[in-house]
Amino acid sequence: MKSDIVLKAENLTKQVTSPEGPLTILRDVSFDIYAGESVAIVGASGAGKSTLLALLAGLDTPSAGRVMLAGIDVTNLDEDGRAKLRAERVGFVFQSFHLVQSLTALENVMLPLELAGRRDARPAALDTCERVGLASRTGHYPRQLSGGEQQRVAIARAFVTQPAVLFADEPTGNLDTVTGEKIVSLLFELNANSRTTLVLVTHDRELARRCSRILELSGGELLPEQAVA
Amino acid sequence: MIRRAVPLALRTLVREWHSGELSIVLLALTVAVAALTGVGFLVSRIGAAVDLQANEVLAADLRLESTRPIGPRYVDEARQRGLQVVESTGLLSVVFQGDESQLSNLRAVTAGYPLRGQVMLADTAFGQSSPAADIPAPGEAWPESKLLAAIGAEVGSELAIGAARFKVTRVLITRPDQGATFADLAPSILINAADLPATQLIQPGSRVSYAMLFAGAPTAVQSLRDWLDVAKTPSERLLDISESTPQIKTAIDRAGRFLSLASLVAVLLCAIAVAMAARRYVQRHLDSVALMKTLGASRAFTLTVSLLQLLLIGLVAALIGSLLGFAAQAGLVVVLKDLLKGELPPADWAPVWIGFLTAIAILAGFALPPLLQLSRTPALRVLRRDVGPPPLLVMLAFGPAVAAVLFLIYWVVRDVPIFLGFTLGLTAFLALLALVGWLLVRFTNSMRGGVGVAWRYGIANLGRRRIESVVQLTAFGCGIMVLLLLAVVRNDLLSDWRKSLPSDIPNYFFINIPPEERTAFVEFLRERGAQTSRALPMIRARLTGINGRGVEDTPFADARGQGFANREQNITWTRELGPDNQIVAGRWFADDDVGKALVSISTEFQEALGLVLGDRLEFDVAGETFEATVSSVRKVKWDSFQPNFFLVFPPGPLDGTAGTWMTSAYFHPTSSRSLAELVRRFPSVSVFDLDDLLVQVRSVIDKAALAVQSVFLFTLLAGLVVLLAAVQASRDERRYESAMLRTLGANRRTVQQGILAEFATLGVLSGLLAAVGASIAGFFIARHVLNVPYSPDPWVWLIGVVGGGLLVATAGWLATRSVVNQPPLVTLRGG
Repeated sequence: MKSDIVLKAENLTKQVTSPEGPLTILRDVSFDIYAGESVAIVGASGAGKSTLLALLAGLDTPSAGRVMLAGIDVTNLDEDGRAKLRAERVGFVFQSFHLVQSLTALENVMLPLELAGRRDARPAALDTCERVGLASRTGHYPRQLSGGEQQRVAIARAFVTQPAVLFADEPTGNLDTVTGEKIVSLLFELNANSRTTLVLVTHDRELARRCSRILELSGGELLPEQAVA
Repeated sequence: MIRRAVPLALRTLVREWHSGELSIVLLALTVAVAALTGVGFLVSRIGAAVDLQANEVLAADLRLESTRPIGPRYVDEARQRGLQVVESTGLLSVVFQGDESQLSNLRAVTAGYPLRGQVMLADTAFGQSSPAADIPAPGEAWPESKLLAAIGAEVGSELAIGAARFKVTRVLITRPDQGATFADLAPSILINAADLPATQLIQPGSRVSYAMLFAGAPTAVQSLRDWLDVAKTPSERLLDISESTPQIKTAIDRAGRFLSLASLVAVLLCAIAVAMAARRYVQRHLDSVALMKTLGASRAFTLTVSLLQLLLIGLVAALIGSLLGFAAQAGLVVVLKDLLKGELPPADWAPVWIGFLTAIAILAGFALPPLLQLSRTPALRVLRRDVGPPPLLVMLAFGPAVAAVLFLIYWVVRDVPIFLGFTLGLTAFLALLALVGWLLVRFTNSMRGGVGVAWRYGIANLGRRRIESVVQLTAFGCGIMVLLLLAVVRNDLLSDWRKSLPSDIPNYFFINIPPEERTAFVEFLRERGAQTSRALPMIRARLTGINGRGVEDTPFADARGQGFANREQNITWTRELGPDNQIVAGRWFADDDVGKALVSISTEFQEALGLVLGDRLEFDVAGETFEATVSSVRKVKWDSFQPNFFLVFPPGPLDGTAGTWMTSAYFHPTSSRSLAELVRRFPSVSVFDLDDLLVQVRSVIDKAALAVQSVFLFTLLAGLVVLLAAVQASRDERRYESAMLRTLGANRRTVQQGILAEFATLGVLSGLLAAVGASIAGFFIARHVLNVPYSPDPWVWLIGVVGGGLLVATAGWLATRSVVNQPPLVTLRGG
């Protein structure tokens, strides 16, 4: 199962300046994630989960250390370089969906393909919408969709580019239990079928246990890894 | 990249239009452009009417005069440019009826005369007039009332002019070019040019004035003017509106300056509206830009998408705004039809291009910096909503806006002193507003403890949104100041006009009064109830040299200077300085100056010839050379319609010359019988009717005042929209805050009171500052631009403070009503 390292964190540290002085949010975090794995990043509020996710996805830059994504040193890239890497290798699912309100469900799914200059954006997006069970809702605007449907659109948008790594930030945080369960099932099903590496940030232990590995943060530091039961 | 950006920009723009997100951006821009182009259309139409009206004084758009026959090649050149051409030949001749005779100004005209304005005719002397449809038929003559009265003729009489005989068919009341100069002072008689040879009046050596009149499209007129400037002979003189009588020029100068100022206000309000709209656009797109970057879009790509969208919004708004502006202007013209006294000329399309260009310029100045900032929104914002784009460098944030404003101000006023004055005043005012806004924030923080919950909420809003408060205070302050300024300056201007043109202003000029009849003549006027002005001696003189150098050898850069040097002037001598004359350099004649060779010149004469005090001027007066030293420069208020002269000498040197006297007087319009009697009693006195000229001047002023009032309405509307746009900019935040407050137990009334308190405070402070600014700017404009005395108006303060508070509070309340009305749950769920 374990083959290529797709995501590598090396001594990642993130410091910010606060009114009380420098504040270390992440301290010396290192780990490897292999292609096809599903990894949960867990921890209490303020443990540094979202900061770690932002660094791994190239949304933010570390104060020290580096991130290798698909063999590329993310920390050496400029803003546009990181954006290009994300366009080619990364998908996102957010807690608050982050759909473009002025675009239909289908157009939201088409967006990353269009940004990458793909000419087959529409058929590819239609195909993905069908896979997430949204075939009949493609012409609807986000505000016309339920929370679960909006997250399906977000999942379709994340998978449509067939990314190497999919980052999910509390994907069920804004959903009720039943809907959340359906979304999680969909996420894992797509992950399994497409061999995408899934990196999931959650405080939900149940959800974390469905992943192949759990990385736990506490006070900005990575606790020793435990085997998933 | 553009290929990928265009479809995305278009698609999201269309979608956002449908989902209503861009409506505020569009509304702000559209109304701003509508106000601007509406002002532009109206100003251009009324401006054209003013020009046409003033051109009526010339009876043409362009007039070429000469003492020699004017060659036919000019006619060909004019016709090639699509212009109308008529000719008018004038000479002095004695008109006989039986034994009675009168020296008259014979005018022989060709068909089509006049090209601008109207010839007014009556059936009896001094009777009710109506416009002429044509020119006199061959064999017919239209003499003026005074001529008829002098020789005892009437309609139907037969007159002899030279070798020809004419039948009087109508009475000439006025002709448009009668008032162009005071040179032709004998009563006029109009005949058909075809009859001129039969009179045999034009002989070698005859003093004849030939005029060729041109009218048509402005560009064609300008083209002919340029051509004539080169092609005409030195003896030919070109006259256009700028060289028309000083009275008309004064009125038009004032009107033009004021209209420019008024349209400038609309332009600046437009800029403020666009700045607010752009700011809101950026706020609304922070998330989508962050998301696009997260999904792989580069910074350049997101900037391109935003730019394309805003450019499209700008173009659509400019188009709709121009159409609305045109419609608003057309509607206003219909509403004001009775006041306009006749049709306005059609609008030209320049305001549309000005609207488009201004929209783009303002967009570039005010929208580009925020868009640059928007493109720097970090992708991290998708995870942390508190993360925004880094602040722009000050130069980049404000540089383009300042450049756009300066460009627009200069573009509109095109006058360095006004530009500098206005710009400096604006800069100082903005700096003052920003400073006071900042102080207000600090002050309110200290006030919060001592007021009730609603006021605390309202004032806290001002304090918490520190930068936004300062920006809004500046915008409101500017808007209110502009409105106050317009009211102040407009009233000053109108009252100045009223003061300068009282209802009993002289309406008749009398010249050629023999010195021995002067006393009896003035007595006669007074007995008939006329209000007389000063009487002055007058003689014609020609300037022949300056400081020992002949004027024919002196080049003059100024066309007017050339005119002063080329033709004879009427000059006078007196010890009395009229109240309509103000010494601006040197000193007026003292008692011991009587008899000295000194001359006081008017500012026009001084500027046109570039003279300084102490210059020696040489004149030819009735064949004798006479030299005088410039001892003072006078600023003459020409529109007093008192006898006034470019050149005034002290009594003494010219006493022995064969001068006559002149005066002016106000006769009640019903006193025509007295006038007929006057002409019989003093046959050598020429009566010059100013009524027509006055009607024209009044009409010009009326149109200018109307334009100003209309512009004021447009500006008021634009100001209100800017105000609403400012309130709209904070609506989303307010909605959320209102929901939070109501969730925590505040009732609707408390929230409403808080909003009212916030906006009333903002309005009162803005109004106070605006009153200060308007008073200072009003003083500056009145004193240095319009040259009228400025008297501070306490109403400015009252209206500023009370009006500002009410206006901002009402507008704020109206705009935020839905904020309070929306159920808190809907807001908190993000609906």
